[in-house]
Amino acid sequence: MGDRSNSIRVKVSRGDDRGRHFDEFDVPALESQTVLDVVTWIQRNADPSLSYRFACRVGMCGSCAMTVNGKPRWTCRTHVSKVLQGDTLTIEPLRNLPVVKDLATDMSEFFDKWTSAESRFVPTKTREDAIEIVQPATKERIEADAAIECINCGVCYASCDAVELNPDYLGPAALNRAWTLQNDVRDGGKNSRLRAVTGEGGCQNCHSQQGCVQHCPNTLNPTRSIAGLKRLATRAVFKREL
Amino acid sequence: MRAKPHRNHPLWYAYVVHRISGLSLAAFIPLHLYVLGLALERRGELDQLLVWTEIPVVKAAEFGLVFLLAVHLFGGLRLMALEMFQWRDNQKTFAAAAASAAFLLASLFLLRSF
Repeated sequence: MGDRSNSIRVKVSRGDDRGRHFDEFDVPALESQTVLDVVTWIQRNADPSLSYRFACRVGMCGSCAMTVNGKPRWTCRTHVSKVLQGDTLTIEPLRNLPVVKDLATDMSEFFDKWTSAESRFVPTKTREDAIEIVQPATKERIEADAAIECINCGVCYASCDAVELNPDYLGPAALNRAWTLQNDVRDGGKNSRLRAVTGEGGCQNCHSQQGCVQHCPNTLNPTRSIAGLKRLATRAVFKREL
Repeated sequence: MRAKPHRNHPLWYAYVVHRISGLSLAAFIPLHLYVLGLALERRGELDQLLVWTEIPVVKAAEFGLVFLLAVHLFGGLRLMALEMFQWRDNQKTFAAAAASAAFLLASLFLLRSF
């Protein structure tokens, strides 16, 4: 399993919200090693009771996000060499979410907020209608395209101080998704959705600190999306639609 | 002083500066209104106070006050532009420009007062 003389000191958060502590492990340092590789090595070789979550290992499923040396990251695409401080790595669960055990968080509230933000497509056509052509160069489609590659990893949610200050705040990911739908010409739920994302815990809670932009592993810009929702809301107020 | 790692980026510091400057200015408003009130009712006391403002330490404090006012104004304009106009990617540059303009304005005020 590699050269023992060249090892990483890894501090791993253990327990749940009733009580947490750090366990320390020495993990062999390997070339091109990711943080997820390190966690997996610990579970398979040092402590099988370590709980964490992962699936695809290639940055598509969004299930392996953790706090690494204080910053939320997707661990499967985070190389140890890029984040190591000295020879130490500190791995904790994501912030702003309840901890199920060790490094696994309960993401129910994160996904419930996607539902609260009405982040689902509302069709306006039937199967008998012709397929609507969406022109890629239109302003709406460009806005939607810029925000659409979210993998639901929760990194933005964990980096957001507004979520920490107000647990009812929908958060960057749900609002980002709502913005993509507000720019979808085929969608029929825009008015209802705008009310959902401007109510209690809506887009006006965002302080534009842009921690979500700083940390999004897919380099999305949720603050831009939230600013777009704020503009829509302002316009709707002046038109007395909200 | 260093922020927690996930907060350690320029736009989080811009947020903190905006929040602290806003709260400081809000705290200063009662004193400001009190001094304005002296101009209307007790001019002798106002003159005494104006003599006191010639002390270098007070001038330095005035520099700080003008900086807070300017940084809150420019930072506020940046945030309003962010929310009201089409998005621009150079947000860190805008925040740096707001802080620089505020420092320049406060420095000019300080130079003028000597």
